[in-house]
Amino acid sequence: MNVFCGIDLGSTTTKAVLLDHEGLVLGRGITNSRSNYSLAADIARDEAFTSARFTLIDRELSSLGESPQHTEQFRKRLLLQFRRQQLLSQLKSLRDLSFAEIDSPRYDEIRSSLSDRLRAMFDSMEDGIRRPRLGGGKKSDFFRDQAASDYSRLAESHASEAVPFELLMSIFDKVIIQVENQRMDLTFEGNILAALRLCLETDRQSAASYEAAVARAASVPLSEVAAIGTGYGRARLPFPKEMIRSEILCHGLGAHISFPGTATVLDIGGQDTKAIQVDPRGIVTSFQMNDRCAAGCGRYLGYIADEMNLGVHELGPMAMTSTRHVKINSTCTVFAGAELRDRLTMGQRREDILAGLHRAIILRAMALLARSGGVADEFTFTGGVANNQAAVAALRTLVMENYGERKLNISPDSIYTGALGAAHFALRSVLESEKDRSATQTSTPQIGSST
Amino acid sequence: MSQDQSKDQSMVKQKEMIANHFAKLSTAKESGRKVVYTFVPGNLTELLHSFDLLAVYPEINALQSGMRRKSGAYVTEAEKFGHSEDVCAYVKSDIGMLKAGNIGPTGERLPPPDLLLLSYTGCFTFMKWFELLKREYDCPVVMLHVPYQGDGTLTPDMRKYVVDQIRRDLIPVLEKISGKSYDEDKVKEHLRRSAQAEDDLVWVLESAKHKPSPIDGYFGGVYYIGPIFTAFRGTQDAIDYYRMLRQEVTERIASGQGPITPDGPMGPEKYRLVVEGPPNWTHFHEFWKMFYDEGAVVVASSYTKVGGTYDLGFRHDPDHPLESLAEYCGGCYTNLNLPSRIDLLCKYMTEYQADGLLINSVKSCNSFSAGQLMMMREVERRTGKPTGFVETDLVDPRYFSAANIKNRLESYLQMIEQKRRGALPDKRLADRGDGVLHLEVLP
Repeated sequence: MNVFCGIDLGSTTTKAVLLDHEGLVLGRGITNSRSNYSLAADIARDEAFTSARFTLIDRELSSLGESPQHTEQFRKRLLLQFRRQQLLSQLKSLRDLSFAEIDSPRYDEIRSSLSDRLRAMFDSMEDGIRRPRLGGGKKSDFFRDQAASDYSRLAESHASEAVPFELLMSIFDKVIIQVENQRMDLTFEGNILAALRLCLETDRQSAASYEAAVARAASVPLSEVAAIGTGYGRARLPFPKEMIRSEILCHGLGAHISFPGTATVLDIGGQDTKAIQVDPRGIVTSFQMNDRCAAGCGRYLGYIADEMNLGVHELGPMAMTSTRHVKINSTCTVFAGAELRDRLTMGQRREDILAGLHRAIILRAMALLARSGGVADEFTFTGGVANNQAAVAALRTLVMENYGERKLNISPDSIYTGALGAAHFALRSVLESEKDRSATQTSTPQIGSST
Repeated sequence: MSQDQSKDQSMVKQKEMIANHFAKLSTAKESGRKVVYTFVPGNLTELLHSFDLLAVYPEINALQSGMRRKSGAYVTEAEKFGHSEDVCAYVKSDIGMLKAGNIGPTGERLPPPDLLLLSYTGCFTFMKWFELLKREYDCPVVMLHVPYQGDGTLTPDMRKYVVDQIRRDLIPVLEKISGKSYDEDKVKEHLRRSAQAEDDLVWVLESAKHKPSPIDGYFGGVYYIGPIFTAFRGTQDAIDYYRMLRQEVTERIASGQGPITPDGPMGPEKYRLVVEGPPNWTHFHEFWKMFYDEGAVVVASSYTKVGGTYDLGFRHDPDHPLESLAEYCGGCYTNLNLPSRIDLLCKYMTEYQADGLLINSVKSCNSFSAGQLMMMREVERRTGKPTGFVETDLVDPRYFSAANIKNRLESYLQMIEQKRRGALPDKRLADRGDGVLHLEVLP
């Protein structure tokens, strides 16, 4: 099977999308961008291939003719076991590197008690992965965040006078970077067998047919015919220059693919806000981006969440409970903390301040939209901030006030919009190069061989 | 600079001219020559030359400081003296340079002014700038009021209004400072030489109508306008310089060559752009490189008209000396009203066969930046060509965000490319189950 890949290397996360030849999404992958962009791109791509394999597994399972409930349960378990395998590999690497780290002479005096503590902590973390607590909701899909949260909790309880909490954390901070920048096998091929074995142990009844279905899905050759890179780190992608597109074009096309009626796109990402106008074919006709500073972007909400000691996903719901209008003019990320403390000392409620902040962010976006040519129908909102209901509510109100009734589109997969556009550019690049070629040749063109 | 020195004769010549000029300035006191500080737009250089006066152009010093990476320190120095972050960075760079000993671009000290002469009032900041310098130097100030072309023309009354001010308010002061009487024949002589060099300048700028363009009319253009916008207009040196430059460009056209960049001859021309707004000076080469690396050449720019819209036909006229100087004062680009600026940009888009208009909006410069978004929309509407918008500053390095600018510029160029390619392919890929994708015409 021929696939087309789009990779969006963002400032916070790296996303990949795989399409089949008809432009249908086969798989999506996401990872944190870390300092090593090319590794982040590889991991996101591997994840997209993994997700594509699971799409193929779905197709195979649904053709078995068994009860959908049963196959769905198996599929969920398989994915869970697969993720566990990945986490265990990463945890093993974290453990090995931590022990290598404390080989340094500066730990000579405390090495034995330090290694006892680390061993106990890692055993407990491993146990947590193998037997996850029920109802223990996780805040992030990334190993770094999960490990940091578990490790710091354990470090607190294992710390002593001789082995203080700060020392344990400093080892983690140093080693997690090495783990993230180390190449390890997190691929489908490398982990599916172990995961499958664990699943089939508990599901002996349908074992043979499920195993055969997974084997069929795993044996479909996936060959990447073309890949296009986009995003801030795109120049670092190991792609030839002509395979790189600006994220403006990718977001425009991605929004058009998700919602073909799109005329105006607003994307609020980690460090920039883009207002884009597209024509009925998804071609960008004009755009504006925030200038020199990242005020009012996703990162700003991150700072506010840190200042309030909340998760970033909690801000929107809290803002929605606001009862009083608070007007905030500055959305300067640097001054976010000061502004917040100042208002709290003035006696304003957190809920009202948050509602005011969301409105301020959207007001900035409205200015960019106006500069790009306004808000036409339909209007598609993408990027991480599009998942924030308070931002969406403020946007609806301000669009209504300034432009009148507009259809507002928000996709649950909006974070992948840039990668989706890039993948479609990859598909088009093949169509276009074949079109150019067939203009000079008369034979039937054939692309790629999967044998 | 270019590996090929033979192509750069005009550049070598320009460097020598500048070095000579600053050497004269550094010894002005010893040689007894008087010095006038004045600005580029609407400068009255021929008149000053006729009194044997030397000119200093503070905004040229500021941009040179930017290119020499000194403006950042000068700007912060001026801020220490209370100048706000929002004040024009040219002013702050100049004030900072003054406070740091007034060492000019060639490393020689600049002489203090014997006169501050403002002959263009379209930029309000210029007036404030000289008010500040007046506090530093105890010297006379002459400020001519030059009417804005609000209705899009410079009427005979407006011209006469400026001529009267030159006669009444300026010439007597120049006579007093220089100790010489006004000699109109001398002025005419200078103006005749000016017009000759101006002809060649226009020829060079318009050479960009060729495909591929032999010059970059913005990044290269700022070098080409240097002599004629400043101290050399009306001199034999300027005539020689432009003759030499024209010869070089003629050769480039004959051999089908594109512009010469700091990295040598430019690669194939992929995009032809018109640019509105001044360049950024602190990262001049880095900014230019973003263009030539993508095969983008600027075929025409409005910035190269700040010291005169010669390509619209204006020439200094020895037969009407003061009248033509007055017309020059009122005819520089930023003194045109917005509809005239839009007309000019649209004319460039057509005549230079440009793919689009790019605006470099400068934080420091209200004269340029006010109205640019409206201009952009209007040019887009009239020409149907894509327009783009980037933001930098003149000489404040803190306002140059390379990643952001590159991102916007690349997006803009790809937008042009995508528009050129136009509609979606009329083919699709079909999987016939044989492991090979087949190209089929869409039903």
